[in-house]
Amino acid sequence: MKMLLSLLRRDLILAARQGGGVGTALGFFLTVLVLLPIGIGPDQLTLQRLAPGILWITLLLSVLLSADRIFQQDYEDGSLDIMAMAPLPLELVVLAKAIAHWLSTSLPLSIVAPFLGVLLNLKTEIIWPLVIATMLGSIGLSFIASIGASLTLNLRRGGLLISILVLPLYVPILVFGMSACTGNPAVVFPSLLILSAIALASLVLAPLAAAAALRAYLK
Amino acid sequence: MQQFANPTRFLKLANAALPFVWAITIMLFVIGLYGALVTAPPDYQQGETVRIMFVHVPAAWMAMFIYTVMALASAMAIIFRHPLADVAAKTAAPIGAVFCFLSLVTGSLWGKPMWGAWWVWDARLTSMFVLMLLYLGYIAIWQATEEPGRAALIARIVALVGFINIPVIKFSVEWWNSLHQPASVFKMGGPSIAMSMLWPLLVMGLAYTFLFLSLHLTAIRSEIAARKLRTLRIARSGDR
Repeated sequence: MKMLLSLLRRDLILAARQGGGVGTALGFFLTVLVLLPIGIGPDQLTLQRLAPGILWITLLLSVLLSADRIFQQDYEDGSLDIMAMAPLPLELVVLAKAIAHWLSTSLPLSIVAPFLGVLLNLKTEIIWPLVIATMLGSIGLSFIASIGASLTLNLRRGGLLISILVLPLYVPILVFGMSACTGNPAVVFPSLLILSAIALASLVLAPLAAAAALRAYLK
Repeated sequence: MQQFANPTRFLKLANAALPFVWAITIMLFVIGLYGALVTAPPDYQQGETVRIMFVHVPAAWMAMFIYTVMALASAMAIIFRHPLADVAAKTAAPIGAVFCFLSLVTGSLWGKPMWGAWWVWDARLTSMFVLMLLYLGYIAIWQATEEPGRAALIARIVALVGFINIPVIKFSVEWWNSLHQPASVFKMGGPSIAMSMLWPLLVMGLAYTFLFLSLHLTAIRSEIAARKLRTLRIARSGDR
């Protein structure tokens, strides 16, 4: 447990001091938000209808873009080999790294994202359900991204491959994330519950899968 | 199962079985297509277009069945270290992707006269599309990794993770939107489809299954040959 926490702290400090974590992701998020109204047209009503979907998809993409950072650097400089040899099981190493990615990128992004919806004329009463939905969803996003990151650890053009592998797995989060912003309480609560279920399931299963993939690369 | 782990024994068996499997495939296709195109009556609502069903539905069954085969083979590779299991999963993937593609295309051709659109974002269509993407991701992993041994380890995980997600994706999109008709063959209380249409459909399903079996055996055979060739080449270049 102590090792897990110290690993988590190390990764968080690295993410904070290196820069390029949440800042870049947020920059990407804003850029897409600027481009979309240019592509769709500035009509306020259209934007209002599309806003939750745009926010969710942009969130998925920005989490995905930062996904290869989860293991890449540690693999390249050899720290991952040392972590694999440590008494801490590799599954828990993955858990710590995925949590660090979640805390440093997905969570801040998912809290800020709904408020940026104001730019798209998002209905104000949707903002709070959307904040809860994106926060719950971001756990699943980070953990599923860690599977993709471990699978494409040492591949040429891994960045493109990771999106083919991971985006199909994001479908359920997107579906229930969208139904959580319909504003109909009979739909919103079950969707939030299912989002929590996906978060918990990925919390347990993703470290297993990702650790198995890492072992294939570290052999 | 362990007896077939030996590639040589497997090859012997596959070589002996293949002509029969091909013969059964062709026979089933002849019977099934005759039933589908000649004896089955046109539907009272859909007319002759209903015959698309006989090529569309079995293709969709096969797409799901083959992914299951891949996931099972991957699980066997992890649990029993069965040397042929990875080969089986690898060679099944392109066949499954083609069946998946066929079911999407025939479904699209059927959708145009029935729903008035080539494509609608309905639950079934979307989940089949996602299945297609999972197939492509799996194939891409094999192609992007140079070392076959490592590619096998990674591809296993891709197949299994995708398999866990298929039901989740299916239920989530079902909840999201649906236009496709619900299941009418495999359901509680027996099939709700007329006998004259049901039997050609089932024969076609069987024919597709045997087609997969013959293609899969052939593909495994050529994959084993390709690996032998690779080791021979490496050995020869070592001699020089």
